[in-house]
Amino acid sequence: MKTIKQALLGATSAFVLFVAAPNLAKADELTLCWAAWDPANALVELSKDFTSQSGTTMKFEFVPWPNFADRILNELNSGGKLCDLLIGDSQWLGGSAENGYYVKLNDFFDKEGIKMSDFADAAVNAYATWPKGTPNYWALPAMGDANAWFYRKDWFAQPEIQAEFKKKYNRDLAAPTTWDELIQVAEFFNGREIDGKKVYGAAIFTERASEGITMGATSALYPYGFKYENTPGKYDMEGAVNSPEAVAGLEAYKKLYKCCTPPGYTDAYMGESLDAFKSGQVAMAMNWFAFFPGLYKDEKVGGDKIGFFVNPKEKVAASTLGGQGISVVANTDNMDGALAYIKWFAQPDVQKKWWSLGGYAVHKTVLNDPTFTESQPFAADFLVAMNQVQDFWQEPSYAILLQAMQKRLHDYVVADKGTAKEALDGLVKDWTEVFKDDGKL
Amino acid sequence: MTARIRERTGQFFRMRRFKTQVKSVTDTSSTILGEAVARATPAPIASRIRGLSDRSMAWLFITPAIALLLAVNIFPLIWAIYLSFTNFRANRPNAALESVGLSNYSRVLNDPNIWQAMQTTAHFVFWTILLQTLIGFSLAYLIDRKFRGHAFWTTIILVPMMLSPAVVGNFWRFLYQPQIGLFNHIVSFLTGIPPSSFEMLGSVRLSPWAIIIVDTWMWTPYVMLICLAGLRSIPDYIYEAAEVDRASLWRQFWSITLPMALPFIMLAVLFRGIENFKMFDMVTLLTGGGPGSTTEVASITLKREAFESWRTGRASAFAIILFVAVFGLANIYVKALNKVKQR
Repeated sequence: MKTIKQALLGATSAFVLFVAAPNLAKADELTLCWAAWDPANALVELSKDFTSQSGTTMKFEFVPWPNFADRILNELNSGGKLCDLLIGDSQWLGGSAENGYYVKLNDFFDKEGIKMSDFADAAVNAYATWPKGTPNYWALPAMGDANAWFYRKDWFAQPEIQAEFKKKYNRDLAAPTTWDELIQVAEFFNGREIDGKKVYGAAIFTERASEGITMGATSALYPYGFKYENTPGKYDMEGAVNSPEAVAGLEAYKKLYKCCTPPGYTDAYMGESLDAFKSGQVAMAMNWFAFFPGLYKDEKVGGDKIGFFVNPKEKVAASTLGGQGISVVANTDNMDGALAYIKWFAQPDVQKKWWSLGGYAVHKTVLNDPTFTESQPFAADFLVAMNQVQDFWQEPSYAILLQAMQKRLHDYVVADKGTAKEALDGLVKDWTEVFKDDGKL
Repeated sequence: MTARIRERTGQFFRMRRFKTQVKSVTDTSSTILGEAVARATPAPIASRIRGLSDRSMAWLFITPAIALLLAVNIFPLIWAIYLSFTNFRANRPNAALESVGLSNYSRVLNDPNIWQAMQTTAHFVFWTILLQTLIGFSLAYLIDRKFRGHAFWTTIILVPMMLSPAVVGNFWRFLYQPQIGLFNHIVSFLTGIPPSSFEMLGSVRLSPWAIIIVDTWMWTPYVMLICLAGLRSIPDYIYEAAEVDRASLWRQFWSITLPMALPFIMLAVLFRGIENFKMFDMVTLLTGGGPGSTTEVASITLKREAFESWRTGRASAFAIILFVAVFGLANIYVKALNKVKQR
């Protein structure tokens, strides 16, 4: 009987250890969570230096973009301990700060001499502060990004295409600088046969489930004059969200979608845009700067064949903000290790290497370097874009606000439901309800 | 002919008598075996068990199942009912939990988006059940003829049902691709219209039908299987008696096959109805509820409300409304099914 009891006790202990061991964070181990994309691979490479200097083993949890918000927000909401460090979207700042998911870093920055003035102002404002623009820091700007464009430079350079374009539009064919030009160029290429293959005008974002169509359409809405509020901080959206300028912007986006995207392009985001371009289907495509190093290196469409341009302006110059800051998750069991990583990452030399590996550093040492604009063919555009970025709401209710916009935009742009004015009026109604629920109106 | 029927009827009753005798012998053997096992039970255990009444024993056996049921079904249900009367949001654990009365229910029931999702669900459920029942029953009727190679064809027909919805969703996405998809090329081949000129998943008009086609393709075999069981349960002598009465094939179908297979058909409709009412995976993989909200069925709206917008209280209210609707409709349906079975 005693033997049986001992055996049972042993088996139970072994089982408990087996179940619990993976959940016990080691003091010399850190898990960093981010989206699964090109820059994440660069970060893995960069972090090897941290491991060699500190002896801390770095583990990574990279989640594909369409599931990134779902997966990580579920983790935070459930008090999970998966991530010690999180490179999270700028829109999550409000909720994560107010719900205590992120560690406030002001004291740590002061103690370690990390100055936010060393980073690009727009990046600090967007990726680190909550309430927005105040000196309350919840993250260190980690990865600058904005939505921009790339095009088939080799097609644009073909003499017969140039001649035909000039004859038709009485101007030289070049990378568009306004939305009117963008639509014109897309229409020109759409349906054309190049290298024996039918091509289309442009690949844009139309994804419904997460954030795709909002990120794509705001690239037209912002330049046309869309604003979230008439007076910042007052939530007075009537006449701003649904202004005539905003309506014109949304109509322009739909026009581009209807005229010039490849067939079956009704639910497309980053991956589909890259696929369309790499397979030689489209003359132009929108996507985040984060993908540009990989595109430039692409054997089929990179190098001399690809050109880049910043989001075209219309009434104003504006780009949709991407990018993220790196935060320490309040629930971590390895706070010292996580803060040590932030301290290491903030160093100018590390930031320089981060840029050289394909990460978009926003440290001024990197951006103000005289050689920066020449360092990559898209570096100058990146600087321009980062100085004109606009971001979505960063409110704690951002998820509801985003879902409402996804639905209204997709209904109008893809499903042909109603007019642009009706879509934006509906959006004002949805957002007003959310802010009323939050007690802000 | 009459002599043959008399002979067959005699065979039938002889067979029944034989089966009864076999059953009686088997029962007797079981009793003897049971007693032997009981005698073999060690004395201490036997005495401990003997101290328990039959009722206590029954409770002992079903307690784990009931505990599991309470933990994973009943408790979450009660908790969801409680949350549906609050302003709870799962992404704001620090916010004060306040009672909002019936406000969540009122907002759900007055939300045009929810009603649109219910309408989309009803459209999907109606057409999938109709098509699956018609095709499933027809296939079962054909398979029941036991033609040469029917076993092989039964296996082939059952393949879609055995696949994972994730696999089905993904490969139908490729089949529906306007430029390279096989479906568009087959339609193009048959009709002459260019394959890229229509989008099954991107068109407001076609996307609901694209999902109905996939669901019908996948689940018709399931309906067929249940109908086949129903058809095989009809004794041959009834058809033979009908043949004696010179009933036409149509008359046999209408007066024997259909009424006797009806409980099985109704059971298949019930299973598919409940399944399709909560359809989520296939729609998510194929269209994600789009274009716009064209194919956004109730379960997708519920998921968005609960885990994307994080309005947990309101999502709970919506879930309770859906539960009551399905439970109520299923109960009415089961009563009708019982009536049919008793006829």
